[in-house]
Amino acid sequence: MGEAIVITSGKGGVGKTTTTANLGTALALNDKKVCLMDTDIGLRNLDVVMGLENRIIYDIIDVAQERCKLKQALIRDKRFDYLYLLPAAQTSDKTDLTPEAMVKMISELKQEFDYILIDCPAGIEQGYQNAVAGADKAIVVTTPEKSSVRDADRIIGLLEKEDIEPAKLVINRIRNHMMKNGDMLDIDEIVQILSIELLGIIADDDEVIKASNHGEPVAFQPNTKASIAYRNISRRILGESVPLQSFEDEKGMFSKVKKFFGMRS
Amino acid sequence: MTKSKQLITIKGTRDGLTLNIDDSCSFGTVLNELERVLSTEYMDEDAPMITVTIHLGNRYLHKEQEQELRDLIRSKHKLVVQAIESNVLLKEDALTWKNESELKVITKMVRSGQVVEIVGDVLLIGDINPGGKLVATGNIFVLGSLRGIAHAGTHGNRQAVIAASYMQPTQLRIADHISRSPDYESTGVYMECGFIDEKEEKIVIDRLQILTQKRPDLNGFERRILNG
Repeated sequence: MGEAIVITSGKGGVGKTTTTANLGTALALNDKKVCLMDTDIGLRNLDVVMGLENRIIYDIIDVAQERCKLKQALIRDKRFDYLYLLPAAQTSDKTDLTPEAMVKMISELKQEFDYILIDCPAGIEQGYQNAVAGADKAIVVTTPEKSSVRDADRIIGLLEKEDIEPAKLVINRIRNHMMKNGDMLDIDEIVQILSIELLGIIADDDEVIKASNHGEPVAFQPNTKASIAYRNISRRILGESVPLQSFEDEKGMFSKVKKFFGMRS
Repeated sequence: MTKSKQLITIKGTRDGLTLNIDDSCSFGTVLNELERVLSTEYMDEDAPMITVTIHLGNRYLHKEQEQELRDLIRSKHKLVVQAIESNVLLKEDALTWKNESELKVITKMVRSGQVVEIVGDVLLIGDINPGGKLVATGNIFVLGSLRGIAHAGTHGNRQAVIAASYMQPTQLRIADHISRSPDYESTGVYMECGFIDEKEEKIVIDRLQILTQKRPDLNGFERRILNG
C-alpha cells in the first residue's frame, strides 16, 4: 500500500511542478515505484518537464469519466521502469474532475505504487480541492518572498482542516547572497512564521531551468546544487535523516562553512 | 388592607425613593397596590423630579412588565424610575454574562485568511500570522507572535487591551480605533501591549508593565474570572 503526497503552494510559479518532477525522479532513483499525477487541468505541464508530452494518449479526465482504464492513461517514463505519469487534460475544465473521482483513482494507484505525487494547481479553489482529496501527506513549496510565504501560510491553514498529516515545508529558489544581505527572507524566519517541519531547501540554480527545458528533471544530474537538494529531500521522505545543505560551496572556504554550521547548530 | 405584611415599602433617601416590592404576590397585585400607594402620596407641584429605585427581591420581570411598571410610576407626579434591581437573572443572561467575562484559552496558529472570533477575553497560545485575524469583545493576550490583526473590545469597550509576547502587528484595533504598522521596515518588540490612550485619543504601544498603571481594573477583572 503506497502513500499519496500532494505538492502544493497556493501561489503560482514557486516550483510545484518542478518539485513534483524532481522528487518523483529522485524517489525513482531510490528504486521506488512512483506515479506522478498532474491535476492542473487546462494548464498541464508536468508532462513537458518530464519530457513525456509526445506520449500522451489519454488523460486524467478520460479516467475520471471512465472513457479509458487507469492503466491505459499512465505513461511510463523514458528513463525508469517504475516511474509513471498520469497527465492532466488540456482541453477540459477543472470542474470535470471531482474529489470523489480523485479518491477513487488514488486508492487504485496505491495498490500498485509506493509513492503517488500529486501536482496541485495554483489557487485554493476546485483544483486545489481535487488535488488534496485523496492525499495522505502534503508538501508545501514556498520561496523566500513575502507573497509566497503568505500564500503558503494560507494553504497550511486550509490543509489543517483536511484529514491529512501535518504538512511539511520545502523552500525553493534560495539565493544565498540575497539572504545574507537581508534582501530575502531568512530560512529561520520562514520556518518560524509557518511553524511546520522543514523538509528541505533548494538553491536557485540555472540548471533547473535548463534541465526542465530539455524535459529531463535536474535530479538526474550527479552534482548540481539543486539535484543534490532534491535527492536529499527524497531521502528525508524515505525516512533518513540528512542534514540541511550548506550554500557556501562557491568559494570553498572551509572557515566559512564551519562558521555557517556553527551558526545553525 | 387586611394583610399584616405590606406589599410595598417606600424608603426615602438622599438619592430619591427606594421601593421594595414583595416578591411573593402576583404582578397584578403589585400594580394595583402600587397604584393605591402612590396615589395617596401627596406631591408638591414645585418639587423637583424624584428618582425611584425599585428592588424586586427574588422576582423576575419580562421586558414588557418592566415597561408597564415604569409607565405606571411615570404617570405619577414627579416620579421617574432610575433603576430596577432584581436578585434573579435569566439562565440565558447569566451564560452571556459568564461568556463575556470569561478568559478563553485557545491553542492555535491563526494563519493567513483565518479569522477567530471570541466573546469575552482571549488568551491565544500560538501565533497570529500576517493575514490572520483575532477578534474578541474583551481583551486579547497572545502568548506568541502577533504579526497579523488583533481587534479587541469589538462591542465598543475602549478599555480593552492587546498584549503579546512578540508584537509586530499589521494592524491593532481596539473598539473603533485602528492603528497600523509603519510603512518602513520595522522589527517587532517583545512583551508589549496596545491600549487606547485617553489624552491622545489613539492606540499606543508600550511595555507590558505599564498596564498596572493604565488599566488597574484588569487585576480585579482577572480575579473575578479566577473565582468564577
